[in-house]
Amino acid sequence: MSVLIYTEINKGRVKKASLESVNYGAKVAELLGTEAIAIVNNADAAQLEEIGKAGAKTILSLKNEKIGSDSMLISAAVEQAAKAHNAQVIIFAFDITGKAVAPRLSARLKAGLVAGAVDYPTVNGNALEVKKNVFSGKATAIYSIGSATKIIALLPNSFPVKSGDNQAKIIDWSADLDAIKPRIIVKEQKSNATGGMVPLPEAELVVSAGRGLKGPENWGIVEDLATALNATTACSRPVADMHWRPHHEHVGQTGVAIRPNLYIAIGISGAIQHLAGVNGSKTIVVINNDKEAPFFKSADYGIVGDAFSIVPKLTEAIKKFKANQN
Amino acid sequence: MKILVAISNVPDTTTKIQFSDGDTKFNSAGVTYVINPYDEWYALVRALELKEANLAEKVTIIHVGLADSEATIRKGLALGADDAVRIDGEGPDAFFVAAQIASYASANGYDMVLVGKETINYNGSSVGGMIAGLMDLPYVSLATKLDVSGNKATIEHDMDGGTQVVECELPMVVSCAKGMAEQRIPNMRGIMAARTKPLAVVAATPTEALTGIVSYSLNAGRTTCKMIDESSIDELVNLLHTEAKVI
Ligand SMILES: Cc1cc2nc3c(=O)[nH]c(=O)nc-3n(C[C@H](O)[C@H](O)[C@H](O)COP(=O)(O)OP(=O)(O)OC[C@H]3O[C@@H](n4cnc5c(N)ncnc54)[C@H](O)[C@@H]3O)c2cc1C
Ligand SMILES: Nc1ncnc2c1ncn2[C@@H]1O[C@H](COP(=O)(O)O)[C@@H](O)[C@H]1O
Repeated sequence: MSVLIYTEINKGRVKKASLESVNYGAKVAELLGTEAIAIVNNADAAQLEEIGKAGAKTILSLKNEKIGSDSMLISAAVEQAAKAHNAQVIIFAFDITGKAVAPRLSARLKAGLVAGAVDYPTVNGNALEVKKNVFSGKATAIYSIGSATKIIALLPNSFPVKSGDNQAKIIDWSADLDAIKPRIIVKEQKSNATGGMVPLPEAELVVSAGRGLKGPENWGIVEDLATALNATTACSRPVADMHWRPHHEHVGQTGVAIRPNLYIAIGISGAIQHLAGVNGSKTIVVINNDKEAPFFKSADYGIVGDAFSIVPKLTEAIKKFKANQN
Repeated sequence: MKILVAISNVPDTTTKIQFSDGDTKFNSAGVTYVINPYDEWYALVRALELKEANLAEKVTIIHVGLADSEATIRKGLALGADDAVRIDGEGPDAFFVAAQIASYASANGYDMVLVGKETINYNGSSVGGMIAGLMDLPYVSLATKLDVSGNKATIEHDMDGGTQVVECELPMVVSCAKGMAEQRIPNMRGIMAARTKPLAVVAATPTEALTGIVSYSLNAGRTTCKMIDESSIDELVNLLHTEAKVI
């Protein structure tokens, strides 16, 4: 028996969401009295060490150039590892890869899937009970997984990453994928121009602005605040629709759903579809010149006033705070 | 080429969420149901555009649910789909829905199954990948552009930190997100025509339950918003550091 955790290297690093999954999987293994095994493709020694420190007792280390980002091949590799190590529970991050692979594997193995878990499971007989957000963050549901094999896809940023001094046993692992012909041919890859910022789904600090900023030429004050905080920038949907900001910055129901530690919303009214993508944030600060703006009802801290005067002041105050910290 | 578009029937985004039966069921009393926005604005409209450009012969809507969702299906027909099928059954989970759609798509020879990025009630992002797994088909998720030429599709979709353009031979499954098409409003002619378009009702195939919902709870909103005066911004920074502990 084991708990198998899918992990991934992206841009030279072990993905933060993968380290969260390893932490989580190690806890689940403890709960079930079994072993936490991570699987990873193309990791170097330092990256393997990092996965071990996050709590994996064993790492199945693949060196396979064919797999790439093809969900069919990733799923087949994880399926083989799950069978070879008799995995009771398989853990994914509920990120872009997890959303493509976990459902496929769930159907292949007839393994019940909870997509977007926000808490550790509890055991109820042969079933596991896991919490997840439903109705776009307005409610939570407890799902019960009754199938023999169970898959949990963990919502990123649900838990802080913890690293210890565990050293994993590394097993060179090879998946037999010869019979599978890749059917998706990658023609072109484009990176989002984030100007060195942490990508939105991983960001702990986010500065976001809406139509209240009046035009793309006014985003300098938003970027200055983000730089001072070392935060990532985001925007409301109309702002992306009007091409004031790139589409990958759009957060909300139809955009990216995020749950940073701090979300600063500037000149955003707080429509329910916007909140759906940000209401998982730990702390929300709202800056709006209309004291009746609905967003204040979903905020922890609010300032009523003109963004064009408040935001530069906040940037200065952050800089002063940071200078005093050093 | 024949396209099957999977639509789900969801409470309108502004719905006040309530539960009943000791918080074990969603309370649908007084709730307005709509086609899940991703399924309508992106998957269905793009399928219709492909048909209008003579790249697809037929667009069929499929929905897994009970008779009360037929108004939602008719709206999809009013937008321009040729016909619809309702698989008569209410599944406990995404796997049930996927199994129904996969079995219908296999039996009726569809070249492309389009689903939305996720439903706005259960937010699973799961049904599409499960259909692909059951049918052993390639799956491209979170697509923002979709073009077809002959039996090949070219798709742009979101990846970690960027986008990817891929090519794939049909048949395949695609999940559709913002960017793929623009919302349409059904016109009077469409609404009239929808009344007489075929809507077949097919019995559900028995499928094992893999998961179930035990109970629901509403997420507590934020209790109070601390208002800070523009003249004391340092205080906000201080609170973010000492009270919220986020900087
Ligand atoms: C199905 C559906 C899905 C949707 N999905 C999304 C989504 O994913 N994300 C999203 O964001 N929206 C989404 N929307 C749109 C959403 O309903 C709102 O229309 C949108 O969020 C409004 O954007 P906004 O707050 O930037 O603009 P507005 O609503 O125009 O608000 C601008 C705010 O700026 C304030 N303001 C103006 N001037 C200043 C100033 N000088 N200083 C400070 N404040 C100022 C105003 O008081 C106002 O509150 C969706 C809608 C639907 C129907
Ligand atoms: N009951 C249903 N009937 C038909 N299609 C559905 C149903 N539920 C979900 N889908 C499709 O699957 C997609 C993803 O749903 P989900 O996995 O629940 O987020 C939706 O956007 C729909 O396209």
